[in-house]
Amino acid sequence: MNGSFEFNWQAALDSIPYLLAGVPYTLLISFGGLAIGFVIGMFFGLLRLSSASWLRWPAIVYIEVFRGTPVLVQVLFIFYGLPQLLGGPIDAITAGIAAIAVNSGAYISEVVRGGVQSIERGQREAGLSLGLSRTQTFRYIIWPQGFRRMIPALGNQGIISIKDTSLFAVIGVGELVRQGQIYIATTFRALEVYLMVALLYLAITLTLSLLLRLLERKGLVGQ
Amino acid sequence: MSEQSNKTPDTDTAPIVRMEKLNKHFGSLHVLKDVDLTVTSGEVVVIIGASGSGKSTLIRCINGLEEYQKGHLEVDGKVLKPDGKSSRELQQVRTEVGMVFQQFNLFPHLSVIDNITLAPTKVRHASRAEATKTAHRLLERVGIADQAEKYPSQLSGGQQQRVALARALAMEPRLMLFDEPTSALDPEMIGEVLDAMRELARDGMTMVIVTHEMNFAREVADRVIYIHKGEIVEQGTPEAVFDAPQNERTQSFLSRVLTH
Repeated sequence: MNGSFEFNWQAALDSIPYLLAGVPYTLLISFGGLAIGFVIGMFFGLLRLSSASWLRWPAIVYIEVFRGTPVLVQVLFIFYGLPQLLGGPIDAITAGIAAIAVNSGAYISEVVRGGVQSIERGQREAGLSLGLSRTQTFRYIIWPQGFRRMIPALGNQGIISIKDTSLFAVIGVGELVRQGQIYIATTFRALEVYLMVALLYLAITLTLSLLLRLLERKGLVGQ
Repeated sequence: MSEQSNKTPDTDTAPIVRMEKLNKHFGSLHVLKDVDLTVTSGEVVVIIGASGSGKSTLIRCINGLEEYQKGHLEVDGKVLKPDGKSSRELQQVRTEVGMVFQQFNLFPHLSVIDNITLAPTKVRHASRAEATKTAHRLLERVGIADQAEKYPSQLSGGQQQRVALARALAMEPRLMLFDEPTSALDPEMIGEVLDAMRELARDGMTMVIVTHEMNFAREVADRVIYIHKGEIVEQGTPEAVFDAPQNERTQSFLSRVLTH
């Protein structure tokens, strides 16, 4: 390479406003999907802990299926496949949120299970011996402690899911990567634009990491 | 001492605990064999025995933390079914039966005061103010009034165990179970916990205590039970069991624990 293709700072800077337009979609799909994924994860994580096998099995099947298949295949299935069943198209953003939800939900189920299981047996016994019901023991004693232990793993999953949304450029969601691709198509500045795309992802994930670190530090009070 | 054994039970003479021919297995291990145990109101019963003799399992059956396979168990007038599944009855029994554990089992995410007020507010539906007032009174009673706002991890073992005692007492139980309450404590902290228990016994609380503290047992017990391999082999007043044990297994156990 000689001087004919050097890094053009101006091109990089010019792309930023265009790329920033994709950030809200990236955030919407990641956090929308993760919020639903957390509810799914709590539900299946607790089912997974049940002593009744007819409750445990559906959870095991769900977790294995959605953890064992690529999120890209899942979103393609939802966006292109499901409309055949439903008889109408699915909006790309909805498909993206749904894919993140079911995918992260499978991982979060395991995080929830691990967090709850990590609480010493004596905590449950102390709650029950005071006359608290099993539900109250879970709600006031097991869950608050278990949730604190889940925070690092949940943060991890959050970061992974944010990055996973980059795959959804393939179904035409105008998120960060897709915005970058469109911009490159007219400017041919792949080097500069993909670097900016990467830096924007890094800005989002680092912010999340920082927030989590603060939360963890707060969570340590009274441990 | 003689005053204590003469103390009359409260109004109702029905036993708080009635255990008949209780049998429990852990897999192929027969942990409790035909255990009969009756505890009347105001009585202090101390259970002694070697590690693995089944004494902790026995006391944990009384509030349904352990299931059993055969026999009859009635606590506070309610029949506890063998399977130990969380029935309404069992929950009612547990509100009337307090327990202090070897490992304290305080709730680490809650302050001392919240540890104590949790069950009264959620189970007895006491008001926050009322429960807090009771909690402060109990903390004073066990000698740690100034620690209310701290978290369990900021307290010594002896202080933690006294908080655990206050937490159980906040439910105003009719019976208190103690499962080796001083076994996890450093030697210099055992005294403060035993003092609190001594005072409770003096106030007429019905207590079933599993312990290795023989001097304490001799001092507070109305009745001492020696359990060996899941069987009650001897019971009686502290004087009878400690000074003139009839069974040779009791004699050999006591000679081992009392000489060191």
